Amino acid sequence: MGYVNGLKCRECGREYPVDPIYVCEFCFGPLEVVYDYKKIKKVLTRKSIEKREENLWRYKELLPIDGEPQVGLQSGFTPLIRADNLAKELGVRELFVKDDTVVHPTLSFKDRVVAVALTKAKEFGFDTVACASTGNLAHSVAAHGAKAGFRRFVFIPATLEASKIVASLVYEPYVVAVDGNYDEVNRLCSEVANKYRWAFVNINIRPFYAEGSKTQGFEIIEQLGWRAPDNVVVPCASGSLLTKIWKSFKEFKEIGIIKELQTKAFAAQATGCSPIATAIKQGTDMIRPVKPDTIAKSLAIGNPADGYYALHVVNESGGYGEHVSDAEVIEGIKLLARTEGIFAETAGGVTLACAKKLIETGRIHKDETTVICITGNGLKTQEALAGQTLSPHYIKPNLAAFEEVLNIIGH
Amino acid sequence: MAVKVRIPTPLQRLTQGKEEVEGVPGTVIDLIQDLDKRFPGIGERISEGGKIRRFVNIYVNEEDIRFLKAEGTSVKDGDEVSIVPAIAGGRN
Repeated sequence: MGYVNGLKCRECGREYPVDPIYVCEFCFGPLEVVYDYKKIKKVLTRKSIEKREENLWRYKELLPIDGEPQVGLQSGFTPLIRADNLAKELGVRELFVKDDTVVHPTLSFKDRVVAVALTKAKEFGFDTVACASTGNLAHSVAAHGAKAGFRRFVFIPATLEASKIVASLVYEPYVVAVDGNYDEVNRLCSEVANKYRWAFVNINIRPFYAEGSKTQGFEIIEQLGWRAPDNVVVPCASGSLLTKIWKSFKEFKEIGIIKELQTKAFAAQATGCSPIATAIKQGTDMIRPVKPDTIAKSLAIGNPADGYYALHVVNESGGYGEHVSDAEVIEGIKLLARTEGIFAETAGGVTLACAKKLIETGRIHKDETTVICITGNGLKTQEALAGQTLSPHYIKPNLAAFEEVLNIIGH
Repeated sequence: MAVKVRIPTPLQRLTQGKEEVEGVPGTVIDLIQDLDKRFPGIGERISEGGKIRRFVNIYVNEEDIRFLKAEGTSVKDGDEVSIVPAIAGGRN
């Protein structure tokens, strides 16, 4: 049996049973999973975790399932890379990259949340899963859903780039390309979700789905040798990931896996869509929605659902919010690739560039341990780098031509 | 001619099933307080302590009031006010 007591509204505290519901009937606040930590504390220890397989389900008691894991049995437990080259470049003592560019099977942290969402969808008895997405989430629902034997519907804006559509289509879900922008797709999906009994991972399964993000935080603590970092820098779209990483740290403290928690959480956004970082900088808890304009499309949520909670995590932990221009995003992607050999998507460029700025402005101290969360693979958004990289050296197939190149580069 | 107020499905139980009701001109928060007199209970579902609840979005003539003057946004006869519960959805 599982360790979940039920669902609870984050706003007004009303309680609900475990059902595919996501919003409080009374005040429209989001519902959150509530666990029995006393019971979990008895079974989940450093030792019991270390004996388990290296995937995200090694923390299964802190995930909202009743039975055994059914989806994503190879997902998670991505490398925590000690980034000494990058640390030297940025002038800090100890820096780590949590590398979710290599999550199985679709190379973004969405494979974590979808693994949990689809396991829950099986438990609820759904045969169809669905999502509204512009990229990473669509790929993950299509892929995990194929393996798990679900009928799949993926709703996207019709104007999406061809490469992103192919990366969903290859798994043969029903791809519904809607004549409208993302917000309109989302609105349509909420109507579809009301009418058809499907598991929409980011709508009616959202309270369970979002919990999957905690596994990134659990892994960070375990991979640091069972300690929490001094600083963690997290990209923000809806703000859910940052909120859940913080929750994971608190849960490990709650059940006694770590004794101390003094981590400062930092929110990273692109200047063209920075409602959370801007509110933090202005010292208000009023998140003003914006109309997004940035190359970091996977972070472009102008009206972030969990923005308020992300902001409170940042303030509670003593962290800060930062945002960077599109040019800095590109530089961030290139810096990470050049120093650590990791090719991140634009969201990764945002996170890295924000971390750099936070170090330069003294918000992150140079003698502390910092973890930077990189959440998706750069191979998916290559068009963002068009004309921004070095060029190849074009030559004739002879040695003299090659040696001329060596001359040019000053070998 | 009054202010037209569009009621979302979850709140139509309080408006006897009506999708659209009439409201009084003034500020948005005045309008909600007036609605609550005629449809008791609707006020606390949408607002708390004179503030719109965090997960309720209000639009005046299709513009989110957070882009205007929030609760203090004024509405006049002929304006359209929509009450829309925020949808918790991720973009990525």
